[in-house]
Amino acid sequence: MTAVVPGKPADTAGGLPVGGAMRVMGSETEYGIHAPSAPGANATMMSARVIQAYAQVTRQRAAGGAETRWDYTDEEPLHDARGWTLERASADPEQLTDQPPVLDAEAIALAYGRQELEADGQDESGTLLMNMVLGNGARLYVDHAHPEYSSPEVTNPRAAVTWDAAGDLVALAAVRRLAADPELPPINLYKNNTDNKSVSYGSHENYLMPRSVPFGEIVRGLTPFFITRQIICGAGRVGLGQDSARAGYQISQRADFFETEVGLETTIRRPIINTRDEPHATADKYRRLHVIIGDANLSQASNFLKFGTTAMVLSLIEAGLAPRIEVHEPVAALQAVSHDTALTGLLRLGDGRRISALDLQWIYFEAASKHAQDTGVADAVDGDGHTHEVLERWSATLSELGGDRAAAASSVEWLAKLSLLEGYRQRDGLGWDNARLGLVDLQWADIRPEKGLYYRLLARDRMHRIVDDAAIARAVTEPPSDTRAYFRGRCVSRFGADLAGASWDSVIFDVPGRGRLQRVPTREPLRGTEALTGGLFARHREAGTFLAELLGLSPGS
Amino acid sequence: MAGQEQQQPQSRDTEVDEDVPAAPPAPADAQASAATQGVDDLLDEIDGVLESNAEEFVRAFVQKGGQ
Repeated sequence: MTAVVPGKPADTAGGLPVGGAMRVMGSETEYGIHAPSAPGANATMMSARVIQAYAQVTRQRAAGGAETRWDYTDEEPLHDARGWTLERASADPEQLTDQPPVLDAEAIALAYGRQELEADGQDESGTLLMNMVLGNGARLYVDHAHPEYSSPEVTNPRAAVTWDAAGDLVALAAVRRLAADPELPPINLYKNNTDNKSVSYGSHENYLMPRSVPFGEIVRGLTPFFITRQIICGAGRVGLGQDSARAGYQISQRADFFETEVGLETTIRRPIINTRDEPHATADKYRRLHVIIGDANLSQASNFLKFGTTAMVLSLIEAGLAPRIEVHEPVAALQAVSHDTALTGLLRLGDGRRISALDLQWIYFEAASKHAQDTGVADAVDGDGHTHEVLERWSATLSELGGDRAAAASSVEWLAKLSLLEGYRQRDGLGWDNARLGLVDLQWADIRPEKGLYYRLLARDRMHRIVDDAAIARAVTEPPSDTRAYFRGRCVSRFGADLAGASWDSVIFDVPGRGRLQRVPTREPLRGTEALTGGLFARHREAGTFLAELLGLSPGS
Repeated sequence: MAGQEQQQPQSRDTEVDEDVPAAPPAPADAQASAATQGVDDLLDEIDGVLESNAEEFVRAFVQKGGQ
């Protein structure tokens, strides 16, 4: 028995104002994980402990247990946006993300004691909890060897910043819980993207697009933008090359780890444009553009621009108005931009012209600004309420990068980090290969406010806030009101004990007295909103009657 | 360079000007001057927060692969 969450049918634009910065989007953060007192501990097991710790936090918060298992039915990691599916046999094992990760007994016994596992490490069905759906609509799980927070779907860059930052508070709550347990080694989590020893882990963005846009247009329109957007949203990195073999500082955490222009992989041969085609929505209407090239941002201003400007460039591409620019040798150009902290280098274009990364960003800004004005969404009063701010911050940041870099250091993350590093270099005469600078880079991203250097700067008001702290704290438990994440999150908070699982596009009920599982598909990202389902939640305190009304059944049938 | 590019596209310079603030917002200015004054102060605070034995700590931060 299935039903569709009530609501009016969405059009291909998704029902949001088109032309600007609004669209369905979300973030994914893989945290670096480190237990200083237990070097060599299994990273997957430590990550599972983080999930476990947060499950304990939510159990305390909600008596019903605000945790739900992930439903893997609609995961399609081998579907390629270019129109084919990779054979399972030829896939790298790390690409098979549609199966729950399997931990062998030895790994479990090594990291958890047998007794501890039986007491706490298993859920009632006997499997280790690796995957949670949270009351704010997010997913918290073990991805490869890292804990990952995938934000709920939101409709605008401000909300993207809010629910992404809420993930950092979720991770912090788990860290605190583990630190308070005398039986376990403390675990630190870092919102960064490399260990500077040749390993990188991702921070991904997702954007919903109409499927009608040809993928080739997306590649053409986005590639020059992705090569250069790091100058406004790179997080900065000490060390050059994947293994930091050369001393120095660069703009992006991720750039040196990209090896190809377009591809399906996310863990090997990383591509500038990722073709994974799992829409997690009505597949013939939408594609989910999976962006893997970004750095994880602590700076709210950089994060806001990362989502806002990318959403606007996608609007340009959808309208057929993306700048017609081709950058020569994109992968080499991406790395050259990252290594050019003076922003003076010139990129060679396909037609032989040479242009700076900053000027290339200005070209995208001009095109996005014109399109947004033509469609009316950019107006400060009558616009869509978001695009105006994106344009203002985008142009102000580009202006600062071209002139007043000290001003940009309070918003652009790689410059904020660089100003701190330069302070150390000047005061203590440190070379770029000095370990203390490496430590500043690493500890910049420690998510504990008392240890994380970003947070120390934020506490001194040296970093801009886009969202106030109270809104971020609220987003730890509250879902966004204007997407299907509202329905998912509210189901988890209200009926957690009666859920068998949930995913981006389904919630599965297991209600006592009903003989079978009831899967409620949520394939339209803009249905299941508070406006459409708030009344339903208000009318029912109990899963049985809630489901009966939702499915149009008489209670008990 | 930037200004030059900014004025290139189309014939709508006046509209563009409306969207490009001539100066960064005031708070950025205030923070910029604070940045030059408070650096020593800030470094002193951060000295007390940094993990001891930088070399050892940085070396031990080893991650397994991710996406």
